Amino acid sequence: MFKKIENTLITLSKVHEFIMQFFRELLIPPYEFKEFVRQCYEIGVKSLPLISLTGFIIGIVFTNQSRPSLEDFGATSMLPSAIAIAIVRALAPLVTALIASGKVGSNIGAELGSMRVTEQIDAMEVSGINPFKYLVVTRVLACTLMIPVLSCYTGFVGLIGSGLNVYQHEQVSFISFFDQVFNTISFLDINQALVKAAIFGFTIGVVGCYQGYNSMKGTEGVGKAANAAVVLSMFLIFIEEQLVVMVVQSIRG
Amino acid sequence: MEKKQITPINYDNPVIDIKDLYKSFGDMHILRGVDLALFQGENLVVLGRSGTGKSVLIKIISGLLSKDSGKVIVLGEDMGNLSKRELTALRLRVGFSFQNSALYDSMTVRENLEFPLIRNKRYLSRAEIDYEVQEVLSAVGLMQAIDQMPSELSGGQRKRIGIARTLILKPEIMLYDEPTAGLDPITCTEINGLINEVQQQYKTSSIIITHDLTCAREVGDRIVMLLDGKFEQQGRFEDIFDKPKDPRVQAFYDYNFVD
Ligand SMILES: Nc1ncnc2c1ncn2[C@@H]1O[C@H](COP(=O)(O)OP(=O)(O)O)[C@@H](O)[C@H]1O
Ligand SMILES: [Mg+2]
Repeated sequence: MFKKIENTLITLSKVHEFIMQFFRELLIPPYEFKEFVRQCYEIGVKSLPLISLTGFIIGIVFTNQSRPSLEDFGATSMLPSAIAIAIVRALAPLVTALIASGKVGSNIGAELGSMRVTEQIDAMEVSGINPFKYLVVTRVLACTLMIPVLSCYTGFVGLIGSGLNVYQHEQVSFISFFDQVFNTISFLDINQALVKAAIFGFTIGVVGCYQGYNSMKGTEGVGKAANAAVVLSMFLIFIEEQLVVMVVQSIRG
Repeated sequence: MEKKQITPINYDNPVIDIKDLYKSFGDMHILRGVDLALFQGENLVVLGRSGTGKSVLIKIISGLLSKDSGKVIVLGEDMGNLSKRELTALRLRVGFSFQNSALYDSMTVRENLEFPLIRNKRYLSRAEIDYEVQEVLSAVGLMQAIDQMPSELSGGQRKRIGIARTLILKPEIMLYDEPTAGLDPITCTEINGLINEVQQQYKTSSIIITHDLTCAREVGDRIVMLLDGKFEQQGRFEDIFDKPKDPRVQAFYDYNFVD
């Protein structure tokens, strides 16, 4: 029991050190700009198909499910507003981050894990290249940037799905649907969603890189790293979601 | 085939000097008082069974692992008190050929070779980089592989590219971790030949780690055996293996040559 607590604390302090190293290396040149761009592209391409599909389906299903309860109050005209709030504030960042944990997080964990196991990371180090800067800093940064971008996209696709559904049932045109959507969501909503998505992205990047970079020897180490990256980042995203909601609610007053 | 001595070895000038080196992992005491000198121009073979700490030793020399105690002097620099910048500078002078070649598998052969060059010598022009790449590729005899991916290469070819990638930085010391492990006998002989060519062409001093006695005989100017965490036997191949007195040495010889 004590051993377990001790191990958890040791891991926490190692992760803390890892994050500190990220910020230190982030600021010191040279910058690996090309690799950063390549990672952004990879993250985008990897997640796009799944995110498009999920976003669209969630828009439709969520609209369908919300309709009956609004009908009870005779308030189906509120449907676009209700959905806009749900999608922009909560669903888009959360769904994007959860999908990215599965796709991007596990990918980073496996990639860096196999580089660690096959001594590619050591090979960089002995030839005077800073592997942390080249591999970790670029990936964490790319995740932190791309998850907000992808969240915007998920939100947009979700709203299109929802708008389509509303058009079918309530004969509300796309234009007036989006009119109502944009009247409902505030600047704070979008900002908090972006900040949240950036925090999620940072989490996915750090967890994936940490697991892969410190992967154990042997091929089973790679699988473990990938798996642990997914489970841990999903868990952390869930906690962060709760924290952000608490903070935003206190801002709203 | 015995090794022919061509390049002169300067026995007054150790490029690596290790004194009383200790290293443990938890309660596994791997290195227990290692003393070792590598002289300029020499191919030194370190023999030992697997798990005796041969890789650990050269990882300490290249600063990938830290020592517990003792002194490690590489090219006149004390590994114990180097700043990060000094360590990087020193590492460019020490090449490391990894056991599984450790090629960057997301890059082509050309990109693998350019990678350390571009990052460490930013002043080089495109033409100069291309020239250096061609030169090391022809040194290892693999010009035709330049645009291939590592996954398309055979084990021996990967090994050659791995060696080329360290040669491109013109190191003074080469560390080879089991250069012939997992290769067929003919490829082994080719790699052994390459190690000797590198010694002559690039004027390197090398530590070659192996448990392959044929490799030891073909490339080694001097051989030491790592037994129970220390270097116990040393000398030329014949000195150690003609009528060995130590049963551990005899066992090692039998394991290699008697079926
Ligand atoms: N980074 C490490 N952490 C813990 N144990 C290690 C590490 N590196 C090597 N070892 C252990 O040290 C011993 C010697 O390893 P190594 O030097 O790789 O042997 P070899 O002589 O076959 O190259 C092995 O038992 C190995 O498990
Ligand atoms: Mg080894």
